[in-house]
Amino acid sequence: MNALPWTILFSFAGAILALVAGTRSAALARRVGLVATLAGLAATLLAATRFTPGPGLQTVLDLPWIPQLGVRCHLAADGISLTLVVLTGIAATAGVLFSWNIEERAGEFFALYLTLIGGVYGVFLSADAFLLFVFYEIAIVPKYFLIASWGSTNREYGAMKLVLYSFAGSALVLGGLLWAFAAAGGRSFALADLAAAAARFPRGDQLAMFGLLFFGFAVLAGLFPFHTWAPTGHVAAPTAASMLLAGVVMKLGAYGCLRVAMPLFPEALAWWQPAIAWLAIAGILYAGLVALVQDDFKFVIGYSSVSHMGFVLLGLAAANPQAVGGAVLQMFSHGMIAGLLFAVVGRIVYERTHTRRLDALQGMPLHRLLPFGAVVFVLAGMASMGMPGFSGFPAELAILIGTWKASPIWALFAAAGILVAAAFTLRVVQVSFFGRTASASDPAPANEYPFAPVTWPEKAGAALLLASTVLIGLRPDLLLDWINPALQSPLMQAALRGGPP
Amino acid sequence: MSSISYLELWRALLPEACLTLGAVLVLAMDLAAPAGRPAAARRGTAAAVALIALAAAGWAAARSGTAGPAFGGVFVLDRLTLITRLGVIGLALLTVALAGNLSRLANAAEYIALILFATAGFTLMAASNQLLIAFLALELASLALYVLAGFDKTRPESAEAGLKYFLFGGVSAAFLLFGFSLLYGLTGSIAFPEIARQLAAQPPSALLVVALAMILVAFGFKAAAAPFHLWAPDVYEGAPAGSAALIASASKLAGVALFTRLLWAGVGAPVAVSWLPVLAILAAVSLVLGNVAALAQSNVRRLLAYSAISHAGALVLGVMVAGRSPGAVVYYALTYGLATVGAFGVIAALETAGPSRRLEDLAGLHRRSPFLAGCLAIYILSLAGIPPLAGFLGKFAVFADALRAGGLNGPTGWLAFLAIAMSAVALYYYLLILKQAFVAAPKAGAGQFAVPPAARLALGVAAVAIIVLGIAPGLVLGAF
Repeated sequence: MNALPWTILFSFAGAILALVAGTRSAALARRVGLVATLAGLAATLLAATRFTPGPGLQTVLDLPWIPQLGVRCHLAADGISLTLVVLTGIAATAGVLFSWNIEERAGEFFALYLTLIGGVYGVFLSADAFLLFVFYEIAIVPKYFLIASWGSTNREYGAMKLVLYSFAGSALVLGGLLWAFAAAGGRSFALADLAAAAARFPRGDQLAMFGLLFFGFAVLAGLFPFHTWAPTGHVAAPTAASMLLAGVVMKLGAYGCLRVAMPLFPEALAWWQPAIAWLAIAGILYAGLVALVQDDFKFVIGYSSVSHMGFVLLGLAAANPQAVGGAVLQMFSHGMIAGLLFAVVGRIVYERTHTRRLDALQGMPLHRLLPFGAVVFVLAGMASMGMPGFSGFPAELAILIGTWKASPIWALFAAAGILVAAAFTLRVVQVSFFGRTASASDPAPANEYPFAPVTWPEKAGAALLLASTVLIGLRPDLLLDWINPALQSPLMQAALRGGPP
Repeated sequence: MSSISYLELWRALLPEACLTLGAVLVLAMDLAAPAGRPAAARRGTAAAVALIALAAAGWAAARSGTAGPAFGGVFVLDRLTLITRLGVIGLALLTVALAGNLSRLANAAEYIALILFATAGFTLMAASNQLLIAFLALELASLALYVLAGFDKTRPESAEAGLKYFLFGGVSAAFLLFGFSLLYGLTGSIAFPEIARQLAAQPPSALLVVALAMILVAFGFKAAAAPFHLWAPDVYEGAPAGSAALIASASKLAGVALFTRLLWAGVGAPVAVSWLPVLAILAAVSLVLGNVAALAQSNVRRLLAYSAISHAGALVLGVMVAGRSPGAVVYYALTYGLATVGAFGVIAALETAGPSRRLEDLAGLHRRSPFLAGCLAIYILSLAGIPPLAGFLGKFAVFADALRAGGLNGPTGWLAFLAIAMSAVALYYYLLILKQAFVAAPKAGAGQFAVPPAARLALGVAAVAIIVLGIAPGLVLGAF
């Protein structure tokens, strides 16, 4: 377990090293990026092998920081955080592999990228609400520069919109957090202390504080109707940033809801539950239907992310062990799948075809020209549709079963969302890769489109993500054995039973 | 005060003595310089002497410690005095290091001597515990600042800045003096503790409200809080960069310290109900007006001015909650000052290489000078309140105090929420600055340029200080 703080350290140290390396050559900066993310992944896996699942957060580092405000530098992990830390390690490594073609200002790119990763690790490992918030904000600002400097399509608008939405959400969180801190006497930001004090707050205050915290975090998780930053931001971002945004950063929001808002105010959760659930369902269906009619390949994936994150939020709203466990599994699963989809669209396809318009792609026999991309995308698409054998299946199934227990109506609407997901995924697979039907006897039209061959980092990154999603699809118990004990902790139990611990 | 102890006076005012001596020395050495000596060398000598004087003053301030009331209660040496004095001296050091190297002003020695005189006023403001000394210190600082604002005789904007600052400052000083005289009339004393005792014993009177209103006008002017902010955009835009930096940083820190002491120790908590609502209005109007007006600015300096007005709102909020401990508001003012001095330092460095008025003049700074761009990012993100930089912690500490005083239903809780909401607005215009510096390509003809070593050092120190104070805020907060 004690290897976990190193993930944060490796990332921030890597960021500084990448900045220095970038002044020499882009290749060196790339290598620094890969080494730093691999080191983080190695530390994560090392910690995972030594992890004994159990209820409650297991402290890995606890130092005094700002005694005047009662802030401690307290890092701790349970099965939920560990799942998401592993997700971050894999997604970050894959992201570097799919950024292997960054030449311009590579040092700055990887410095920002690793800063973002360090912030993400920090959020997942914080047991002090102040520390969590600090890491949360550290993860926001680099996104602006990554998108605005290295992005495409309307990048400055997309970047600004994304950062302002994220920051507005975090302003809500800050308000809720400070209010709870002050109401609790202003002595400690430890989540456990805040939760103990929060049970004594007047009910009206609890409802308002929960609203500030939950909806503030949920903005980043893409909760309808605060999701509009996500598609524009994902589309504008460079490939690695899209992968991280959809794959990891949106999970920060959901994690904040689960780790901070829900355990602190379990009674308020029960009151807000229907509103959150219906908004989540609206997100699943609305984003899915919008994805069905997009003519930009990347927008389809962007909206599909919002739709899939709707399942996560629905699982949290259902607030029973099965649904919440499924939601955490879905966070992991979507991190892998969204990463793959964005990698195919943004790197493997776009960098060669230089268009993402579906009608233009329809004219190219991509399944012949880019068989690797086609295979990866079909597999990722199947995973995204929730096919058995991929990680999306156990996750969404668990969410639906858990939701059914809370309210069958919610589960029925959400199940309709799975059909919509199948529809937009199949459509985009067909149109983009199999648009121009070509029989085997046709001459290979390679001369018409001189595409560069698929490079080793692309293959390695795709293999890493595919292997993870298949592994968890076949053995979801690997993660569920971590997640389920974590849900037995007093704080989580309070949230899941809708009452004080 | 039967027997006057001049030794005690010397001990208490050693920092001011160092600064005044230094200023006189700067002027004398410049006067005695041989006629053929190049301007750059004279500028360098003046800056070096000033830096030594400031360092000596800082040493003296640190040595004077926290002995309590001194010289019959005219001055007070406590933690607020100590931290404020060290803070203004540090900010003045940075200003001299930046202005001494970068400004191409004629008569640089006079400019630097004026900075020292102003700093002596600031340190005196921090230590004063009596109406007369407070007014004297304020005027000593202000007179020097008026001249500094209008120092660049080659540009009419500078003269405009000086005149505007002088007119607003003069009127607000008149208000302050009138308020002070009413306070004296009400209590028969000019010593802060005695005034507080008398006021607590009196029934509330309309005269007291008038006196406080007049005092708060002067505070609003000093802090650039709306609706007394009108001078700020023009002064920030027109004054030489070093003067603007000093007005925006050290002057504010000293003003915050003085008015915190005056309002909490001098007027006192028992009558707080008659001045807290006025401050609440100042804070709310500044927060909204500063942030909204900043959105429309295309000139870097005017943008910084409106951002300063919004920060003044947070500072006023900090003064409102400083009754228990002024730690949070002093930390806020100090770290805000560091970031502002740094930002003006970057502007001053840019001025040596070409125009630096409009936001677009910052375009491609990351190519033209990666060092400046990196420093600018730290200053601006600190102003925006992004952790782990010091600006975030300042806001956090002030808002936490504001909410601790009675939660959302308390007198200051709603202001904290307003300030938090406005910080999301503020991020937009701060990012516009950084967008030019990091995302936009350099304009044709705008090449790389070098920054003098002393200025590099000062900018680097400011940036490092912001990071260190952000990660270890206990260095300041723990001193209270």
